[in-house]
Amino acid sequence: MKKNTPGRALFEALRQLFKDPATSTYPFSKAKLQPKFRGRIDFESEKCIGCKMCVRVCPAKAIDIILSAEQPAAPAQVEGQTTPPAKKKFDCIMNLDRCIYCAQCVEVCPKKALISTDDFELAQLDRKALRRHYK
Amino acid sequence: MAIENILLALFYVLIFPGIWFLATYGMTLEWVDRKLGAVLQNRVGPPWFQPMADFIKLVSKEVIIPKACDNVMFRNLPYFAVAGVTAAMMMIPVWNGALFSFEGDLIAVIYLLTIPTATFFLAGWSSTSPYAAIGSMRVLTQLFAYEVPLMLALIGPAILAGSWNITAISEHFARNPAYMPAQIAGFLVAVLALQGKLERLPFDSPHAKTEIVGGQFTEYTGRLLAFFNMAVSMEMVVGAALLNAVFLGGGLGLTGIGAFVLFMLKTFGVVLLLVVLRVLMARIRIEQMVNFCWQILAPLAMAQIVFDIFLKIRLG
Amino acid sequence: MSKISIPLGPQHPGLKEPINFGLVLEGEQIDKATVNLGYNHRGIEKAAEERTYIQDIYLLERVCGICSHSHTTCYITCVEEIAKAEIPERAKAIRVLVAELERIHSHLLWLGIAAYEIGFDTLFMYVWRDREQVLDCLELVGGNRVHYAINTLGGVRRDITPEIKAELLKRVDILEARTKYYTTLATEETTVLARTQKVGVLPKDLAIKLGTNGPTGRASGLARDVRKDEPYLIYDKLDFKLITADTCDVFGRVVVRVLETVESCKIIRQVLNYLPEGPISIKVPWKVPEGEAVNRYEAPRGEDIHYVKGNGTDKPERVKVRAPTLANYHAVPHMLEGGWMADVPLVIAAIDPCMSCSDRALVTDRAAARSAVWSWEEMRRNGIEFYKRRGVDFSKVVLK
Repeated sequence: MKKNTPGRALFEALRQLFKDPATSTYPFSKAKLQPKFRGRIDFESEKCIGCKMCVRVCPAKAIDIILSAEQPAAPAQVEGQTTPPAKKKFDCIMNLDRCIYCAQCVEVCPKKALISTDDFELAQLDRKALRRHYK
Repeated sequence: MAIENILLALFYVLIFPGIWFLATYGMTLEWVDRKLGAVLQNRVGPPWFQPMADFIKLVSKEVIIPKACDNVMFRNLPYFAVAGVTAAMMMIPVWNGALFSFEGDLIAVIYLLTIPTATFFLAGWSSTSPYAAIGSMRVLTQLFAYEVPLMLALIGPAILAGSWNITAISEHFARNPAYMPAQIAGFLVAVLALQGKLERLPFDSPHAKTEIVGGQFTEYTGRLLAFFNMAVSMEMVVGAALLNAVFLGGGLGLTGIGAFVLFMLKTFGVVLLLVVLRVLMARIRIEQMVNFCWQILAPLAMAQIVFDIFLKIRLG
Repeated sequence: MSKISIPLGPQHPGLKEPINFGLVLEGEQIDKATVNLGYNHRGIEKAAEERTYIQDIYLLERVCGICSHSHTTCYITCVEEIAKAEIPERAKAIRVLVAELERIHSHLLWLGIAAYEIGFDTLFMYVWRDREQVLDCLELVGGNRVHYAINTLGGVRRDITPEIKAELLKRVDILEARTKYYTTLATEETTVLARTQKVGVLPKDLAIKLGTNGPTGRASGLARDVRKDEPYLIYDKLDFKLITADTCDVFGRVVVRVLETVESCKIIRQVLNYLPEGPISIKVPWKVPEGEAVNRYEAPRGEDIHYVKGNGTDKPERVKVRAPTLANYHAVPHMLEGGWMADVPLVIAAIDPCMSCSDRALVTDRAAARSAVWSWEEMRRNGIEFYKRRGVDFSKVVLK
């Protein structure tokens, strides 16, 4: 059988007297994040083509892609050619209270219109503020 | 009785060395306990006013009394605990000897220090909750375990000094400091027994939170709980002061401010020992605690007494 | 002294999740103990049938916070088996890497909790301080501390770059040194030994009879580990020891877990050095063909079993999860009876229980002798009516 001593942690405990506390004083000091942390999802409207793949894969049904209220003007018509279809503009509604930050939408997006940021301080007093409307 | 005497008595009871001093110093020591414990565990620990803030918070909270319990007893027990501790402090020298000093006051102090423990038992028993009932049974079991080693350990210095008077014992050690190192075994037994008396780790099974929630205090809330907590802090001061007077020679012949500073320093030292003990151990079961006290501490204290008698006969 | 019965839980400071233990005490000793489950049923299996295979990964990750990678890996290997997809070797290696990091994280968490249950707060604080290292590793690899979400259909989502590899190797060294120190602390400190030895004894024959698994079974001398018995992913290429103990008590469970943590550190080093070149995932069609698969996986708490049945659509027909804790529950009353009241929280904690992982609902109608499958709406309506009968106001809830 192995040794059996009371107060085995004495030297380890005394060593702590000369160390800084391991506690992070988080709201007063910045939290350390690793690179590639999965935080709030951001949206770039110019890149979106409205394929709604993100809406399909979202496990929490947190995303909605809608047509923007203001659409860009159709490109000028050139004589003799068929009119190219107007590029539509899309908005993204992100329900942060439902989002589980898995970033599957970022992965599936064919045009990289959704970006994972390292923003994680998202608590709100007003529930409506959690429904972000990206234009 | 003259009005001055009454005022003086009130001063003793309420201000110094009574409730005010005990509460203030007790809260300071509680903070030292928590802060040092935290530092040893590599944490930050509470700010200096935390024990005071906890007390004020508890006092301002609603007191909930279970219907099934004995109302009068439940309400008054915390004050009995505080009173018992304060009364014990009257007989322990702080600087110029104790306020009330008589032959046999060592026994009286130990008796008075049993009162808080008895109130803890009654508090748990009168709450009628199963957790509190188990807690109070453990309080009593633990009392029978540590009381005898504590008593035996305190007898050693009394034999050497040839007196049951605490002031006389500390004066004896102040005159003959060479006797002090010979009491090391008795002192260790007394520190461990005091740890048991204060129900601190590793002997905190009466209110082990992971097992029986709050133990004997499970049903206590608000003001009543605040006073129980205060009684425990005060008991720590009295226990440290008792050990200081009996084993460490009290004021070491000094008087006035010097003796007071020495008192503070040495009680502080005793509390540091208690903190380190608390940090290094896991909680042991109540039956292991009883075995430990009766199989290790009590024989050790007996050996110390035999050694002291031998010392007394040889050296006169 | 007369017998008193005490309810331990569903809310109790010694328990981390809701569960109820009915204890009949004779003084300080336990005369009889019963387990009552069912405080935390979440309907995850049913919800999995309503979601696509991809969405189910994230749903099943939330079966258990601590073994989130175990559940997804077990599930996704079933799906890949049905889809007949052979995933790249590099993806397998990364899955093993995360699995072993998770094992370290889970076992250190357990050691801290066990120390807390016996009032050894110092060990608890030290262990959890050093556990931050492995949580940082997981955040580095997967992007989050608890739900790493590294698995995807056909491989893994994130690669191990040389910088991540160097950082992981550095931190694993720290973890191994610290774990070895905690091994000595937890196995040589008198008060810890006093609280763990001969406590919660489960003899080997009883352990086999009750079907215990994982570290609980291994501490009773049951040499069972899916990683050895039926190697999955790349475990057949790795060199590691199967840790068992023959003390059959809580002390054995401590020893098994801390030594397994050291073994996991070794596995991580081997995997990082092995890491074959190549892609990290292959494309698997979202529509999975008909078929069914069962897979076993050695989660930190024991053997995790998943059953998946596909019906040709992009949603599974049935997902069944057998969490490891469910197999270990039956042993708890046997461990408790005849023991001390003071040891109850420790003995319960020693099986490393995960209450919400193992709650399932089953409706039986013995009189009619028929079986039926409830739809999501029926379950929802039943739940609402159950709470209505208990006086909860549902006037604002609209049934879709």
